Amino acid sequence: MTLQPFLALGAILFGIGLFGALTRRNAIIVLISIEMMLNASNINLVAFSHFAVNVTIDGLVYALFNIALAGAEVAVGLAILLAIFRAKNSNDIRDMNSMKW
Amino acid sequence: MFFGVPITGATIAFFVLALIIIASGVFLMSLQKVMHMALALGGVFLGVAGIFFLLGADFVAVVQIMIYAGAITILMVFALTLTQTGDDTEPSGHIVHKVVAFLVSAVIVVAVLLTVKATPWPVGQVGVQPFGPNVVAEIGKAMFHVYTIPFELVSLVLTVALVGAAVIARKEEE
Repeated sequence: MTLQPFLALGAILFGIGLFGALTRRNAIIVLISIEMMLNASNINLVAFSHFAVNVTIDGLVYALFNIALAGAEVAVGLAILLAIFRAKNSNDIRDMNSMKW
Repeated sequence: MFFGVPITGATIAFFVLALIIIASGVFLMSLQKVMHMALALGGVFLGVAGIFFLLGADFVAVVQIMIYAGAITILMVFALTLTQTGDDTEPSGHIVHKVVAFLVSAVIVVAVLLTVKATPWPVGQVGVQPFGPNVVAEIGKAMFHVYTIPFELVSLVLTVALVGAAVIARKEEE
């Protein structure tokens, strides 16, 4: 195996996530799409670490940090979405514009 | 040879996993019921975990299965069921919006793919297990010797985020 197929897979997964984040109306699905984009970056980190000239463990550590921060992001994001749902009774991303000027 | 790639066990595994990931991602974007989307999300996460196994990063793969495929997918399902507004189908948006979004994503993906193809990547000594036999011990050493301060910062961020999430999601009292 070479490096390029893994980078290509990461790029395609990122593209799918970007399309979902731009088009979806349900706020939770937008959050899911962002998770997919983070996963694509994790694939790239691990692939670069695996195929480096001087193999180090650093890429795996970065990927683990990335996973931990993604978990924190999901927790806060879902809490905010639940609070908005309680206040507005809607999970449509177009209804979340009351702070827009 | 298949597209210039020699057919080995690793190559076949990679193509099967890539097919699973991309098919689940496309299903995720095309399905209408939100609960089916959550199931497709599990497919994406498990496929990415398989890619990590293929790259010799066993520990990251297991963490991926536990946190993403286990915790985050279930959390998303809970959130989807808690914020159900009657009809569980996604309203279809404006068609122009979708076309523009598709064009933007496609341009970015094609640009990245062309760059990946054109760049001469340095090739090192690639083995099946480049990280050595005990990856977990190496990760532990790296985390607690080299990356001690980032590790502590991540734990601080996690604590603050979880407390903040509990405070935000709590029902406000009169």
